[in-house]
Amino acid sequence: MSSDTLLVEPSTVSPAKRIVGDLLRSREIAVAAVLVVVVALTTLKSPDFLFSSNGWRDLLLTPSLLLLLAVGQAVVIITRNVDLSVGSTLGLTAYFTGNLFVDHPGIPIVLVFVLGLAFGAFLGFVNGFLVTFFNVPALVITLGTLYIYRGIFLSWAGSSRINASDMPHSFLDLGTKQILTIPVLTIIGLAVLGLVGYYLYTARGGRELYAIGSDPDAAVLYGLPVKRRVLGAFVLCGALAGLAGVVYAARYGTVSSGAGYGMELQAVGAAVIGGVAIFGGSGTVWGAAIGAFLLVTINRALPVVGISDFWQRAVVGALIIAAVVLDRVLSARQERRLVAARDETRES
Amino acid sequence: MPGTAPEASVALELRDVAKSFGSVVALRSGSLAVAPGSIHALVGENGAGKSTLVKIVAGVHRRDSGVFRLHGADVDFGSTAESKSAGVAVIYQEPTLFPDLSVTENIFMGRQPVGRGRRIDRPAMYAEAAGLFQRLGVAIDPRRPARGLSIADQQIIEIAKAISLDASVLVMDEPTAALSGVEVDRLFAVARSLRDEGRALVFISHRFDEVFALCDTVTVMRDGEYVSTDSIAETSVEQIVSRMVGREVGELFPKTPAEIGDVVLDVAGLSSTGTFHDISFSVRAGEIVGLAGLVGAGRSEIARAVFGVDGYDAGSVHISGTAVPPKKPRAAIKAGIAFVPEDRRKQGLVTESSVARNVAGVIRGRLTHAGLLTNADENRAAGPWAGRLEVKTNALDATATTMSGGNQQKVVLAKWLATQPRLLIIDEPTRGIDVGTKAEVHRLLSDLAGEGLAILMISSELPEVLGMADRVLVVCEGRITAELSREDATPEAVMHAATARVTHAAPLDTPLDTPEVTA
Repeated sequence: MSSDTLLVEPSTVSPAKRIVGDLLRSREIAVAAVLVVVVALTTLKSPDFLFSSNGWRDLLLTPSLLLLLAVGQAVVIITRNVDLSVGSTLGLTAYFTGNLFVDHPGIPIVLVFVLGLAFGAFLGFVNGFLVTFFNVPALVITLGTLYIYRGIFLSWAGSSRINASDMPHSFLDLGTKQILTIPVLTIIGLAVLGLVGYYLYTARGGRELYAIGSDPDAAVLYGLPVKRRVLGAFVLCGALAGLAGVVYAARYGTVSSGAGYGMELQAVGAAVIGGVAIFGGSGTVWGAAIGAFLLVTINRALPVVGISDFWQRAVVGALIIAAVVLDRVLSARQERRLVAARDETRES
Repeated sequence: MPGTAPEASVALELRDVAKSFGSVVALRSGSLAVAPGSIHALVGENGAGKSTLVKIVAGVHRRDSGVFRLHGADVDFGSTAESKSAGVAVIYQEPTLFPDLSVTENIFMGRQPVGRGRRIDRPAMYAEAAGLFQRLGVAIDPRRPARGLSIADQQIIEIAKAISLDASVLVMDEPTAALSGVEVDRLFAVARSLRDEGRALVFISHRFDEVFALCDTVTVMRDGEYVSTDSIAETSVEQIVSRMVGREVGELFPKTPAEIGDVVLDVAGLSSTGTFHDISFSVRAGEIVGLAGLVGAGRSEIARAVFGVDGYDAGSVHISGTAVPPKKPRAAIKAGIAFVPEDRRKQGLVTESSVARNVAGVIRGRLTHAGLLTNADENRAAGPWAGRLEVKTNALDATATTMSGGNQQKVVLAKWLATQPRLLIIDEPTRGIDVGTKAEVHRLLSDLAGEGLAILMISSELPEVLGMADRVLVVCEGRITAELSREDATPEAVMHAATARVTHAAPLDTPLDTPEVTA
């Protein structure tokens, strides 16, 4: 996706070659390669990691929650904002979902998904409204709502929790069901990814999100509907966190007050590792999704290859820092080459 | 209005347009009438209200009063989107592009060609961009990101944007300020072809040779007011200059003569690639030297280099015969240089801190007892200075944020005077300060010079320079183009030197009577 074309003169490279070249240079492929290497090395050490039916299922299933959060987070970060409340939104929506089943036995599962999405979207709307209409940095607003949403969750749930027995079997089965060996929850995640990715690449609104993140002041001068778009990004991010909440309930069967705790930072980490620039304007949800897979898979792989629990977080941290440093180095190099290419054509 | 086209065929018309920001009047009564198929120059000194007028046309600001018509119909733009859809394109001095996106996306953002299902038709978009670049005669890959483009290329992108919008009115705010000769020629060729298509162009520039080469009509503004409109063929540089500056100098506090002493500051051969070249001058004790010129001429950069904030490639700076090392502001302060920067809120003050803390800021090392600095120490040191400069604040612990621009400037001055400097460099001493306080600042500077302080004053306001300075150095495009004594420093002489092109890379196709100025 990264447009690494350095020529100032119109490109004479054939489209097929250009697309292949862009792909090879893209961040998404690089992260995917790291993911493949991690899986391969772990599988060498313990073949069950990939080749047992459980191993294969977990490889795909475990990242599906973070996948949803990372996609939403990526959209918000692209607009030069951040949403730190997604972990709390996930938890609150998961509890809300469980309660729906408790209060309305026999409620259609599709309706539960719709209500979960809507509830998350509402929480996202609150974030977006506060950010756009009071002009307060998203970091501060969503740090506030992180605690507020978690607080509402705690006072609502008290010491009670939702148990598997509170929810219908058909719903819980979604958590383990597979179609052609691919878990249903993963399919949901990938479908969302596909839709959002398609929107960001081909719709005017999607491109405007990039423009806003690239230079917010210029976006105003262009006459882009900045507030509306940023608000939309937050609503989408909240809705996906809500969806993740429903998925959480189906996957784990129990919802206690710790649900989703700390996941907001994993979501930011996944997006950053996947090449979404923290200052907005560049990156793709594909990258964020692969980042989510890598983050979760590394966490699962480290114990298998015998790295102590204590070091796992440090490894994740190192990965994030490495990704950001790599970004800086690459973009500085690209900028230099672009400037040099320009000077050449000016002199010729 | 002499020389304008008849009412019916006016593309853009503004009459008696006014705009204030709070108590500051940016535009008193701006008027402009541009005919289709015409390139109309808008000239005036810095702060004459040109940019405000442009921003009203662009929909960035809303006018307070006055008539604003587009093709004969009254309009009132509340946003840039509205002005765009009405066919107005504005190219700002600093192009506003999205660095992460491709140049093509920059051109079409918000109105990309869409195919079925409202999905963006990328092949069509790239083809159209390539067509635009071909038409403009530039070689830019439509797929490359905007990051890394030169200002000239960025302006071409902006122009491509305007053409693809099919804008009927195109405003260019100092588009040539950052361009080389070849690039200026390319831009002019494009502008002429747009004119020939019947579009109305407004061209804002400080370079008279360019105005005379490109435009057919010229409107002069001064102090936020409309002065005149003339056909280029019927006017001259002298006439325009006199209209731009035609104002009484007497309204300001003049400098009282002081005894001129020894050379304090001696700058020799100072150069910094791309910013200024071969700058040599001196300032004597008791003398006020004015550094005049247009915004962006390199005056502030010279001051920053002398003080050691920025580095330089060649040359030397001496204070009373002792060399001041480059890039060491601390050494400069030790040598006795004080520097009041242009942007006092950002660079001159810690606005959240108290007056006393600000005043004691530079000398705080001297005030400490065993490494500790108390509020009492700061207040004791700041008190006399605040008193002497009549800083109007209730207490020394009031924060600088709450103060007026004039009082803030006095705090900055107090801070530096507390270091007992030998040379005071002051950049735009009265910018954003009301008239009454202005006179106070001027009186203060005059008194300081009388006490033997050497003062280097940068100012974009001609009356201030002419009223205060014993000598005026005019900077144009990074070079000193004139040195005028107090007697010779007339508004016309300064403006001529400030707008003289020192070198011109490419010949222009119209002969002009550009004043020749030698240093």
